[in-house]
Amino acid sequence: MARVPEQASERPATASGPGRVLVAVYAIFAVAATSRAAVQIATRFDEAPVPYVLSAFAAVVYLLATFALARTGILWWRIALVACSVELAGVLVVGTLSVFDQAAFPDAAVWSNYGMGYLFIPLVLPVIGLLWLRRTAPTRTPR
Amino acid sequence: MITGYAIAVALCSLAVAAWAFVLAARNKAPARPLLTGLAVLEVLLLVQVVISVVLLIGGDRPGSMVTFIAYLVGSLLVLPVGAVWALAERTRSSTVILGVACVTVPVLILRMSEVWGGASA
Repeated sequence: MARVPEQASERPATASGPGRVLVAVYAIFAVAATSRAAVQIATRFDEAPVPYVLSAFAAVVYLLATFALARTGILWWRIALVACSVELAGVLVVGTLSVFDQAAFPDAAVWSNYGMGYLFIPLVLPVIGLLWLRRTAPTRTPR
Repeated sequence: MITGYAIAVALCSLAVAAWAFVLAARNKAPARPLLTGLAVLEVLLLVQVVISVVLLIGGDRPGSMVTFIAYLVGSLLVLPVGAVWALAERTRSSTVILGVACVTVPVLILRMSEVWGGASA
């Protein structure tokens, strides 16, 4: 028997080649965002509940994106697409809100000021993620 | 924390990171010398942890003990975890991952010294 007919395998997996660098950077942000949100919520949630909840939400999105990008298969590809899209929307919406309403965001969260405190990596990361997902998009299998 | 030592470790990490990125630009997969560089960094970080623990036992108190310990543990984990992830597939991307892991170290050291100096998070 010859090779398995080329279907989804002709496109690279999201966690192969340059994708592994992407997963690594996502993992760093997942760990950083999760631990920061955990400390903020555990120690001074009353000071700024909204940004801290957003921090926790961002942490969940980063964790999901990291896992989804590291896995193979169309389901994980779709989850990664959703996670990266939500992340891009999140950084744009939260970034804009934090610029116009400084009072509501007294303490820097990952996405405030478009991720300025994190060298704008939170703004660039989802864009690279989405481009990479387009590159690795599963091909439709003809039936 | 001993500021001079922390700065020295941060600079060494940046040097190894730069080395990794140069190798990656030259399309090289990670080889023994670079991995040795990472191992040396890990030893320097371990010494940093020992120094910090001794100072903590001696009575020094960071702005937030939990946060400081978390950074301390994180600083020990980033290079080994990064190396495992990088070496699962040996390509130029692996070399980039090692560089990224090395860049993370000075960031951790910077945050650690802020917390040591009294910042609460």
